[in-house]
Amino acid sequence: MSSIDMCAPENTGRQPKLIERAGVGRLIAALQQQGYRVVGPTVRDEAIIYDELASDADLPAGWTDDQQAGAYRLKRRRDQALFRYTCGPHSWKKYLHPPQATLWRAEREGGLFRILPETPRAERLALLGVRACELRALAIQEQVFAMAAHADAGYGVRLRQAFVVAVNCGQAGGTCFCVSMNSGPRARKGFDLALTEVVHAKRHYFVVEIGSERGAAILAALETRDATAEEIAAAEKTVNDAARHMGRTLDTTEIQALLYRNHEHPRWEQTGERCLSCANCTLACPTCFCSTIDDTTDLAGQRAERTRRWDSCFTADFSYIHGGSVRQSVKARYRQWLTHKLASWIEQFGSSGCVGCGRCITWCPVGIDLTEEVRAIRATKYYREPVHGDTGTRSV
Amino acid sequence: MAAKKPKLAVWKFASCDGCQLSILDCEDELLTVASAVDIAYFPEATRAATRGPYDLSLVEGSITTPHDAERIHQVRRQSRYLVTIGACATAGGIQALRNFRDVKRFLSIVYARPDYIETLSKSTPIAEHVFVDYELRGCPVNKYQLLEVISALLNQRKPVIPNHAVCVECKLRQHVCVMVARGTPCLGPATQAGCGALCPGYARGCYGCFGPKESANPPALSAGLVRLGVTEDGLVRAFRSFNAAADVFRRESELHERPNP
Ligand code: SF4
Ligand code: SF4
Ligand code: SF4
Ligand code: SF4
Repeated sequence: MSSIDMCAPENTGRQPKLIERAGVGRLIAALQQQGYRVVGPTVRDEAIIYDELASDADLPAGWTDDQQAGAYRLKRRRDQALFRYTCGPHSWKKYLHPPQATLWRAEREGGLFRILPETPRAERLALLGVRACELRALAIQEQVFAMAAHADAGYGVRLRQAFVVAVNCGQAGGTCFCVSMNSGPRARKGFDLALTEVVHAKRHYFVVEIGSERGAAILAALETRDATAEEIAAAEKTVNDAARHMGRTLDTTEIQALLYRNHEHPRWEQTGERCLSCANCTLACPTCFCSTIDDTTDLAGQRAERTRRWDSCFTADFSYIHGGSVRQSVKARYRQWLTHKLASWIEQFGSSGCVGCGRCITWCPVGIDLTEEVRAIRATKYYREPVHGDTGTRSV
Repeated sequence: MAAKKPKLAVWKFASCDGCQLSILDCEDELLTVASAVDIAYFPEATRAATRGPYDLSLVEGSITTPHDAERIHQVRRQSRYLVTIGACATAGGIQALRNFRDVKRFLSIVYARPDYIETLSKSTPIAEHVFVDYELRGCPVNKYQLLEVISALLNQRKPVIPNHAVCVECKLRQHVCVMVARGTPCLGPATQAGCGALCPGYARGCYGCFGPKESANPPALSAGLVRLGVTEDGLVRAFRSFNAAADVFRRESELHERPNP
């Protein structure tokens, strides 16, 4: 299957609609009228981040970004496109799996403690501008949190209530590789509506695919018409262009065997020397789900509180068990991250933990690039023979 | 719980008083602190002083004189728990810049009568002199962390004071990384959290106030800073500030220092 074929839309059986540029503002207003808090892309602090949108005036019209390993630059565009940028520093996990959350509080009562459970906020969110790779990341985190034996009820509720407006990518960033991970650039499922933006010199419009009844209902409240064959073709072309311009590639052939067998590859040591164990990669990654628990009390010892906070396999505390941290070296931490994302995740959850969004590459302060790491390990084929009793390492 | 409140003492060694002021800065919480502990000795706040022994001593400042090197032992003897607060007490502070030079030369340049001055050749952290129960980092310390350490000690539990990078706090607050998005040099990846990623929140790079994080890798960070245009002298200055004498920072600044003329 060529990358272009992979961009073909899933047949939802519904006729794609067309909205003009002004329709985006109406879509936001319609969602707000339905009681949704609309969150999406906006320019802040030299980047395109996700935050609450009051109206379409908050969207990053005419902005884009340039991304390389360890570098992100906000840039002006020559047109007024709303969504011609690629994934930024934020991901939707900040809403669905918040960085910090109180799990419960307790109060001393007589000689005992009374536990006061926290009720998750029942806020209805509309996520505007969700990319294909991000839809895949939401599905992965749903599996981790909501479908596990010990489900996180809050996550499931937040995700189910969220109205998802996907946006098909019209350009790929310097660190994107969703095509390699088979997760983009076209949104295939998991959305209520999916927009494809077309910006021509004289016309600026959006082809809208409907993914759910809820999506159809919102769209019915707007001025739309059926998209013409030419408009649909123009939209297709932008997504195909994005697919052809991936900044990175990752060869996933037999990736589990490759990484497991190369557990003692010298590359880990070398990368461990470059890595800061700062955890930025894991915290920027839309699928990383790890957190830790903090238990605190007030001064008087009358109240206690348990909070959950994002953590990462790059911190020493993360693997702390009685007697010390399991992963003392930065090398071991980097190896854990890469191996979990690309290999053991498959055993654990049945899919890769990487959707190819490129955030870990861009937001690593020293530009360590996981696609480069895999390439280096593959190229040198240095591995432990999987033969019983053979523990030696050799180069082949 | 025993009716007698634990006795708290606050001591000052070579320092600027900023960390002690963080205690007074607790404003809203100060009354709770005062109701939970008996503030027995705290010259910065009150002239009333109760004699030791003390249940908890907070020590600010580094050891820079022979007299202080003696005095800290007296403090230790009178204290059940001794907690050092701030970069001076935990790493020697900014005054540890003397450790890299000849103090006698400074004396002759600065003072009219150098023979009046009795000082040590190095500024050293408290833990080099006496046993310390807990070290709280920062220049100055963060008041919430200070309250957390006091709460934890009073309630016999482990303080929640993570030793990971400032970057983790930066991401928890969803700040946009200044190093990646602006090319601004930042010490956050090598520095312990605690400030709440204050400077990156105001579009500045981290200055390293909380000292080295666990498993800090300053050589790798320096390589990144050089790519952003920081010079060798710039690296020396970056790692040689409030926590200049903290081992990992000291080694890194020495690596980039040109031989003295
Ligand atoms: S591992 Fe990197 S590229 Fe893959 S999903 Fe996470 S942040 Fe994106
Ligand atoms: S890579 Fe690390 S932080 Fe991410 S999910 Fe795996 S163990 Fe957790
Ligand atoms: S790979 Fe980069 S972002 Fe991740 S911990 Fe190492 S230095 Fe930090
Ligand atoms: S701004 Fe500094 S502290 Fe924050 S993530 Fe970037 S490098 Fe780390």
